[in-house]
Amino acid sequence: MSVPISWYLLLSAVLFAIGAIGALTRRNGISIFLSVELMLNAANLTLVAYARQWGQHTGQIIVFFVMAVAAAEAAVGLALFIAVFRQRRTIDVNRMNLLQG
Amino acid sequence: MLGLLWLIPILPFAGAAINGLLGKWFPKSVVTAVALGAPLASLVIALGCLWEYSHGSFPNGVYEQTLYAWTAGDLNIPVAFLLDHLSAVMLFIVTFVGFLIHVYSVGYMGHEEGYRRYFSYLNLFMSAMLMLVLGNNYLVMFVGWEGVGLCSYLLIGFYYDQPFPPYAGKKAFIVNRIGDFAFLVGMFALFAHFGSLTYHEIFPKIAADPGAVTGAPYALGLPLASFIALCFFVGAMGKSAQIPLYVWLPDAMAGPTPVSALIHAATMVTAGVYMVVRSNVIYQLAPGVSLFVAVIGAATAIFAASIGIAQTDIKKVLAYSTVSQLGYMFLAAGLGAYSAALFHVMTHAFFKALLFLGSGSVIHAMSGDQDMDHMGGLRKHLPATFITYVVGALAIAGVPGLAGFFSKDEILHAAAGSGHWVLWAVGLITAGLTAFYMFRSVYLTFFGQFRGTHEQEHHLHESPPSMTIPLWILAVGAVVSGWVGLPKVLSETNRFQDWLAPVILHPAGLAAAEHEMSTGAEWLLMVVTTLVALGGIYVAWANYGRDKGLAEGQHWAARLPVLHRLLLNKWYVDEIYDVLIVRPLAAISRFFWKVVDTFVIDGAINAGAFLTELTGDVGRFSTTGNVRNYALYFFLGVILLFWWIAFR
Repeated sequence: MSVPISWYLLLSAVLFAIGAIGALTRRNGISIFLSVELMLNAANLTLVAYARQWGQHTGQIIVFFVMAVAAAEAAVGLALFIAVFRQRRTIDVNRMNLLQG
Repeated sequence: MLGLLWLIPILPFAGAAINGLLGKWFPKSVVTAVALGAPLASLVIALGCLWEYSHGSFPNGVYEQTLYAWTAGDLNIPVAFLLDHLSAVMLFIVTFVGFLIHVYSVGYMGHEEGYRRYFSYLNLFMSAMLMLVLGNNYLVMFVGWEGVGLCSYLLIGFYYDQPFPPYAGKKAFIVNRIGDFAFLVGMFALFAHFGSLTYHEIFPKIAADPGAVTGAPYALGLPLASFIALCFFVGAMGKSAQIPLYVWLPDAMAGPTPVSALIHAATMVTAGVYMVVRSNVIYQLAPGVSLFVAVIGAATAIFAASIGIAQTDIKKVLAYSTVSQLGYMFLAAGLGAYSAALFHVMTHAFFKALLFLGSGSVIHAMSGDQDMDHMGGLRKHLPATFITYVVGALAIAGVPGLAGFFSKDEILHAAAGSGHWVLWAVGLITAGLTAFYMFRSVYLTFFGQFRGTHEQEHHLHESPPSMTIPLWILAVGAVVSGWVGLPKVLSETNRFQDWLAPVILHPAGLAAAEHEMSTGAEWLLMVVTTLVALGGIYVAWANYGRDKGLAEGQHWAARLPVLHRLLLNKWYVDEIYDVLIVRPLAAISRFFWKVVDTFVIDGAINAGAFLTELTGDVGRFSTTGNVRNYALYFFLGVILLFWWIAFR
């Protein structure tokens, strides 16, 4: 008995919403980072769910790309946060407001 | 030599350019050499050209030299120079008198600041004036016409650090512009009808088929010929200072005196007369406009002469005298006596240049004082100036034998011969007034006791030779230049008239203007003219001779105080113009400035700027610098995007 696709999608939507709310509300840079990862993985879940549904591999292959990009992003993002922390002794994004117009 | 014709206007231009651009690094002697060399070279080439021209034979008496054709679309205007019987006369006057005044200027302007600037402008003027008289079409003439206007403006405002001269310069420029506009309209009409502005292409066409330009009304209810003639004459009114556009010329005396002599007496102001004589075919086909020209000329002549009798500034007297004599020229031109008009241009160039230069010599000796009330008895201190000035005054007054007598007599003769006795009478009265105000200035300046300050008296001196030699040469010219046009009663033929005959075309089916009279009547007219001139001199002597100054001399002023005040204040014309034209115009300008420009146009632009600024002020609250806000915008944007994709 297979799980209907709507369940996967629902789970994915819930995960994405949690990620989005976390990314918008958290002040800690690392937490934002984790929330973004959550959103990426919610998208990945949708992709593999459809790949299974239609019996095609395209979706699964794209997931690998997403994971590769996410890894690169994590590396760059963490490096940035370390650099910021060295400068300002904090990674609270509310304190990073140099782009004020 | 004729091949070098194009060099005549170009050389003074080069002189102006060299002195104007590089003269800063030259010593004064080099500046002088360039400034005198250019017009001298022009004079020499001009004399060579004239000699060769008068001894050669040319088709229709015309020598033309095309430099290049100025082409733009359908428009094809040759930039070409022309030597014919008319431009030959003008060429001689301009180069000869022009060179003498350059020489005089070296002495007169020697101590002035801006010596180099002065000569640069003066050379530029020569170039423009020569272009005006040598051009073979109206456009080249117009280029020169505008060029001399520019130089006139620059030289009137030469003493730019004083308040009045720049104002006078602007006045001259603006008043001239009114005339120039009409001149342009006339050229447009001419070009629209004939597709050409070249004299020898248009004039034969008009002369061969006068009906084409005199038939149906073209504009303003006038046929084409009359319309063009009227437009051209309005142009001439501005340049040649005729009523109602004469007001700039008396003020133009704010410039250095040699400029007044060259530009505002001898050459530039006669450009309008030259233009009318040049366009004689058109004027012959516009009898109404021609009569208008004659009436305006006569009115200007007597009006300006009446002002001249009350002025105390020696240059103002000469200025109004110039306006008056220009009126004479237009009187002649309007009556169809084109050769008489040009003859008076020539003789006037000599004696008026002489009188102005003489007054300049007096002013030089008086350390810049121009008020005749401060002069008197100068004949002992300035003998050369005195003799030459009196020769000039005799010439302009019309004493028999001198230049002015013959030319003025020919004009009055034309007026009488044409049957316009009112115009003749006006001309005759003007002749009397002319003799009166000229000898008034002679007596006030050179006779009696010196009335200036002690310091001025101590400083009185005769001018250097560079100033007196041109005076002597011009004095000879003021005597003999009339002899080339002796009337028929005195010689077998009027040589000046014969010389000019090829230029005066006669339209088909139109009789030439006739001014012939019986010999007895001619003699009678001549005697009357002479008596009037001598009468004017006598009245001047009775009032101002016998060692009287201005104060005691003005018997007539004491008896006619109202008239005297009117004349002294120039009939209040400047004030009337101020109320009727200048102030309303200023009010309209102020309306456009304060209301239309400042309020409407600037307001619209400022409102736009204000809106932009307001948008920015509101919008900048969105850029908090807080990264999480940006993330929120981004998120909302993505949602909107998906919304749009899903539900469009």
